[in-house]
Amino acid sequence: MSAGAQAHTRPFQTDPRPRLKVEQVSYAYSATDRSAPKFILGPVTFEAQQRELIAILGPNASGKSTLLKLLAGVMKPLSGRVEVDGAEVGGLDSRTRAQKIALVQQESELLFPLRVWEYVLQGRYPYGRRLRFESDEDCLMAGNALAQVGADALRDRWMEQLSGGEKQRVILARALSQQPALLLLDEPTQHLDIGGKVELLRRLRKLADENRYTVVVVTHELNLAAEFSDRIVLLQKGKPLRIGTPAQVYQRDLLEEVFEAPLEVELRVTGRPRVILRGSH
Amino acid sequence: MKPLTPQRILAVCGLLLAVLFVVVVISLRMGAYPISISEIVMTLFRGVAGQREQIPSEFWLVVFGLRLPRIALGILVGAALSTAGAGFQALLRNPLADPYVLGVSSGAALGAIVSLVIAPHVPGLIQFAAFAGAAATITAVYFLGRRGGQLDSPTLLLAGIVSASFLSAIIMFLMTTLSGRDLRGMAFWLMGDLSSPAAIDLRWLYFILLVVLGSIYTTSSDLNLILTGEQEARHLGVNVKRVKLVVYIGASVLTGLAVSVSGAIGYVGLLVPHVMRMLFGTDYRLLIPASALGGAIAIVLADTLARTVVAPTELPVGAMTALAGAPVFIYLMRRKVR
Repeated sequence: MSAGAQAHTRPFQTDPRPRLKVEQVSYAYSATDRSAPKFILGPVTFEAQQRELIAILGPNASGKSTLLKLLAGVMKPLSGRVEVDGAEVGGLDSRTRAQKIALVQQESELLFPLRVWEYVLQGRYPYGRRLRFESDEDCLMAGNALAQVGADALRDRWMEQLSGGEKQRVILARALSQQPALLLLDEPTQHLDIGGKVELLRRLRKLADENRYTVVVVTHELNLAAEFSDRIVLLQKGKPLRIGTPAQVYQRDLLEEVFEAPLEVELRVTGRPRVILRGSH
Repeated sequence: MKPLTPQRILAVCGLLLAVLFVVVVISLRMGAYPISISEIVMTLFRGVAGQREQIPSEFWLVVFGLRLPRIALGILVGAALSTAGAGFQALLRNPLADPYVLGVSSGAALGAIVSLVIAPHVPGLIQFAAFAGAAATITAVYFLGRRGGQLDSPTLLLAGIVSASFLSAIIMFLMTTLSGRDLRGMAFWLMGDLSSPAAIDLRWLYFILLVVLGSIYTTSSDLNLILTGEQEARHLGVNVKRVKLVVYIGASVLTGLAVSVSGAIGYVGLLVPHVMRMLFGTDYRLLIPASALGGAIAIVLADTLARTVVAPTELPVGAMTALAGAPVFIYLMRRKVR
C-alpha cells in the first residue's frame, strides 16, 4: 500500500505536536521614525497540526497578509512568537526557513521567458550550495511537485503561455518542490474563475490530507473557506475576532458586522455553513 | 527537464573563445601595414612560445607593439561593460538597463576627469575615481527611480537618461574651461574610444576584471531567482541584500574600469546580454561568462570596423556601438510596451 493511499484511509490521524504554533503575535509599524507606532495586528494565538487547512478571512486591510508574512518569517513580530516544528521562525537562517515554509504570493511579472520546469526547479534553491548545479534528486522532486498539482503535461511549456489556472498550479508546484512542512498562500484564488477556485481549494485540501502539509490560506472566498478548511481565523482591523471551525465562526451577526453586508448563514447537512447574500427587497 | 550542467557552460565558453580568437586574428590583419593571416598566426605562436628572435621585427612591432595592446584593451572593456549590463538588468529587473543608458558611464567619466584635473600622475587613482563616480551615479539613479517605495521601470530609465545628460553637461563644461590640459578629447569621454593606450599596466586591470567577474559569478544562481521577483527570491532563501551589494559594487567597479581606459562606450552592456540570452538562454550561471566573452567579441569587432570603414580616418568605437545599439534599444522598448 502506498503512503498516499494509507494516508487517505486514515485522514484524521495526526501527530499530536502542533506543527505551527502562533503565540500572542502582534505587529505594528511607524510611518516615520518619530511617529508613534500604529498597531495593525494582534495579538493572535492559534495552533495548526499536520494535515490541517486553516483559512484567514477578513475584509480588506484587516491584517490578513501581514499575519501571513509573520507566519512566513519574512517579517518579524513586534511581540510574541511563531514556531514551526518547535523552532522559532525568526531565528532560522533564510535557507533553513525556506526548507520548512513555502509562501505563495501574487507572482511578479517575468522579465525573460522561462520554461515551466525551470521555474519549478527554482524551488530547490534552499537545498543547493551557492553554485551547485541541480542534481537528479532536484529534478525528481520538481517532477513530483508538478505531478502533485496535475501539471505534468505543462513541463516544457513557456510560463507566459499558461492560462491563469495553469500558472497558479505551476506556482504551487514550485512551492511544493521546496518540500515545506508549512504551505502559506496569499489570496491564491484572486485571478481564477469559479471552476479554477474550486479546483485549487480541492487540491490544497488533498495536499493537506494525503501529503501531510499544513496549509494556511488567506482568501476572500467565504463559501470555499467554509467548504474546505478545518478552521477559520477571522480578522477585523487587525484583531482576531474569532478562531474556530467554520460552523463556530460563521455566525450571521458576526459576519454581517465584519463584512458590512446583509448576509444569511445556513448550516448544511454536511455540518459546514454556507453564506448567501440577503436580498434587500 | 534538462538543467544546466558545467559541461554546457564549458562548451559554450569554448565556442565563444574560438570566435574571439578568429575575431582577434581578423582584427590583427586589418590596418595600414599589410600582413597576412598566416604571418599573424606564426607571429602569435612564436611570441607566446617566447621565440621573439625568430619573428621579423616589423611583424613584432605591428602585432605586439601596435594592434594587440589595443585589442587587449577592447577585450577588457567589452567584458567589463557587458557583465555590468547583465548585472544591472537582473538587479533592477529591467531589460533596458545598461551602464551607459543609466548614466553610470557618464558618472565614471566625470570621476575620471576630476581625478585627472586634481592629481594627474597618481597611478590607479583614475580607476578608483571612475569607480566612485559610477557607484555614486547608480546610487542616485536607484533612489530617483523609485516610486512609492518600489523600483519603477520607466521612472528608473528616465532618471538614468536625465542623469546621463546632466553629467555629460558637466563634462563638457569642464572640458571647455580646462582646455589645454592633458585630459584627452571630449569625444573620448562622451562616446568612448580605444585609440589611446592605457596609462596603467593592463595586467593590473585584467587582474581586477577577473576578481570582480568571479565575485559577481558567485551570485549567479541568486540572480536567477531575483529575476523572477525579489520577494519570491527572499522567500526561497536568497540573501538579497548581500547579492545586491556584491553586484552593485562589482558592476560599478567594472564600469569604472572600462570608462577609465576607454571613455563611455554605450550599448554594449545592453546589446550583448540580450544576444547571449537569445542564443543560450537566461540562466545567469551561463549568461555571465557568455556575456563577458560576447562583450569582448563585440568590442573588438566594433573597434576593427571603427578604424577601417573610413580609413585612414578613425571613428570613435562608441559611434559604432551606438549605431548598432540604439535600434536594438528601441526594439526592446517597443516589445516591452506591447
